[in-house]
Amino acid sequence: MSRPAPRKPEYHKINKDLFVLTYGALVAQLCKDYEKDEDVNAYLDKMGYGIGTRLVEDFLARSCVGRCHSYSEITDIIAQVAFKMYLGITPSVTCNNSSRNEFSLILDKNPLVEFVEELPAGRSSLCYCNLLCGIIRGALEMVHLAADVTFLQDRLKGDSVTEIGITFLKKLDEKKYRRKK
Amino acid sequence: MYGMLFSIRSFVSKMSPLDMKDGFLAFQTSRYKLHYYETPTGIKVVMNTDLGVGPIRDVLHHIYSALYVELVVKNPLCPLGQTVQSELFRSRLDSYIRSLPFFSARAG
Repeated sequence: MSRPAPRKPEYHKINKDLFVLTYGALVAQLCKDYEKDEDVNAYLDKMGYGIGTRLVEDFLARSCVGRCHSYSEITDIIAQVAFKMYLGITPSVTCNNSSRNEFSLILDKNPLVEFVEELPAGRSSLCYCNLLCGIIRGALEMVHLAADVTFLQDRLKGDSVTEIGITFLKKLDEKKYRRKK
Repeated sequence: MYGMLFSIRSFVSKMSPLDMKDGFLAFQTSRYKLHYYETPTGIKVVMNTDLGVGPIRDVLHHIYSALYVELVVKNPLCPLGQTVQSELFRSRLDSYIRSLPFFSARAG
């Protein structure tokens, strides 16, 4: 019997709670493994980076966005297309400086912290969702853009909003990137 | 082949008076036609066909999205940036190409 031709991939839905609880278990385990908040944050960022380098391919395959012509266009696409596609939320975008390379994503809702009321005692500088920063950073690097992505404000730390800051640094040279591998 | 494709691609982008849009799509000689598809991440899908084949951008996009992304990128055990070792990817790609309307079993 001949193998059937590959069909369009199906996107099976899984329970959102399972995803949120899995993320929480991941952060909890990292808190057990590392004493310092900075180490947990760094490790979450590193894991996110690995995810982002692959997730960007899935994003490009599914969304078919074309080439962007400005940093502000890229940030809009991250907020309105990517966040919507993967987390079901649409953060708002603001530009923080006149040279148009620093932007903020203001998260009104954040599904990852649905079951978290506040940070545990002794973990006041933990960036609970730092995985997201790593994902954005990894994804941007794969399209040859170096960026600094960090949490500027966090509701879990008592701020009024949750804000992710993206600072675009420079365009990476494509050929140099290939040689690195 | 990378050097040649890189040169053609940058030549096309310099020639274009306005927005490049899709950029370099294909070139043909008297013997064959080379079709090209590139993603913003630098993944290039290249297919050589004979001269009778028209634009196949959607085919190349399908190879990228339904085969490469699904079977290689999403597999954590497949390292990126190296030759694809996945047997599943090779066999699925092979059956997909054989199922294309312009594939001729004679040549295979």
